[in-house]
Amino acid sequence: MAMQIIKIQDLVFTYENTSQAGEALRGVSLSIKQGEFVGLAGQTGSGKSTLVQLIAGLLPAPKGTICVAGLDPSQKEDFRALRRKVGMVFQYPEHQLFDETVLSDVSFGPRNLELSNPEKRAQRALMLVGLDPAIGERSPFALSGGQRRRVAIAGVLAMEPEILILDEPTAGLDPEGRNILLSVVERLHREGRTIILISHRMQELAPRVSRMVVLNEGQVLLDGTPEQVFSQQEKLGEASLAPPPVTALLQQLRAKGWPVRGDLFTVPQASEEIISAWRQRC
Amino acid sequence: MLKGVTIGQYVPGESPVHNLDPRTKLLVSLVLVVTIFMIQKLPGFLPVAALVLFSALLSRIPLRLIFRGLKPIFWLLLITWLLHAFTDPGRVLYALGPLKVTYEGVVEGFTVVVRLALLMFGTTLVTLTTSPVALTDGLEYLLGPLKRFGLPVGELAMMMTIALRFIPTLLDETERIMKAQMARGADFTTGSITRRVRAMVPLLVPLFISSFQRADELAIAMEARAYRGGEGRTRLHELCMRPSDWVVLVLGSGIFIWLGIVF
Repeated sequence: MAMQIIKIQDLVFTYENTSQAGEALRGVSLSIKQGEFVGLAGQTGSGKSTLVQLIAGLLPAPKGTICVAGLDPSQKEDFRALRRKVGMVFQYPEHQLFDETVLSDVSFGPRNLELSNPEKRAQRALMLVGLDPAIGERSPFALSGGQRRRVAIAGVLAMEPEILILDEPTAGLDPEGRNILLSVVERLHREGRTIILISHRMQELAPRVSRMVVLNEGQVLLDGTPEQVFSQQEKLGEASLAPPPVTALLQQLRAKGWPVRGDLFTVPQASEEIISAWRQRC
Repeated sequence: MLKGVTIGQYVPGESPVHNLDPRTKLLVSLVLVVTIFMIQKLPGFLPVAALVLFSALLSRIPLRLIFRGLKPIFWLLLITWLLHAFTDPGRVLYALGPLKVTYEGVVEGFTVVVRLALLMFGTTLVTLTTSPVALTDGLEYLLGPLKRFGLPVGELAMMMTIALRFIPTLLDETERIMKAQMARGADFTTGSITRRVRAMVPLLVPLFISSFQRADELAIAMEARAYRGGEGRTRLHELCMRPSDWVVLVLGSGIFIWLGIVF
């Protein structure tokens, strides 16, 4: 059995300067194994961002226990060591770009952590996100939106974290940009990294992740394989979520008595299923 | 991370102080400022302090919130007092080698400290009980006569409104970018001064870029809604001086001016 890389027990967190009333997290327990690809979903304000920022050690100490790769993220002494374990890609990460060239911006992390050969690591990270390393000489502000975002993600990957957290990495990108980015994330997972992907688009999560976690009002509402999670329509509705559109279509057809599976998440799979069911009928 | 910034932080509420017209509050606080600088004798501050404290209690704003506004100038006050105590000539109270504490210095230092503290307290009270929009409206009205001398009062007020509106947005943005850079191992809190200043670059550059972008977008959005300067704009909420405003204005400034002349 693979090692549990993240262990969270009874996590409770309240923001101090509370414009948001009450607790952001109300007793979350969650364990994530090494190499898992976890999709994290939930409404705005359900505590997704709080949870991942706690894992990344970017918020003050919570109540409850949290252990990430043997480190305690709420401990200041572990902060630097944690940076090599957890990479955190925020929403609109391209807003964090600042340096004159792409290469020096991407190597910012490795330089801060005083790793050897920061520029080599930066070039490797650029290739990892599917960019030509020659782009390294250009100014990050001269690139397209999708390229800028991939540069920003490379800036996190350059530290070679074991766990990669992405908070809505596809927001505001066009379909092509989204596909490129998601295939990058899939490749990073295949290479053995543990991935936590936050998204509002279930059709992005369902076909890719090995596990879905749904938060609602600061608690874990659903946790399981995408097949298990998306079959529980009522509970999903509680969190104002719905299965991916094609899955919803299949589920409705099933409800009308069609002999189709209700747990397929991609358009090609679903269309094949519907066509074969149609052929059986005739 | 970025807490305890009270200036411009309006605390909504229902109280006689909240309900005053912003112009009344601005004028009375202006008179208060003048009075504070006119008063030369220490006992003269007692009735002023009593009046300011009375209005603070009337506003039902927790006193600790107002005192929090004094925190940033605490060190300034302490150093001012110490400088006065040690450097003013006069009767020596205590001597420590070449350093002498004089009676006159202690008193003079205390006067300056009380003056600054009262100043801060009074103005903080105004900003805590008046929404930024009402404040700029009031200012726009009071500065109105300067239009004749070519001062673009309407534009200035609009600029102030926008600036105030974006302070919380910018604070949020700062915190977000700080976290993002911290996640990349940036360290804003330790090291020598030069190190810390250099550590600000990855924070300030993105902040500037997004501010300019936001300004561009806002300008386009305003023009799309046919904004073309302040000339002839009407407003949703007209300012209105009620009888109570006149009473407070006349009585308040009267008392303060009298106090300023007497002491």
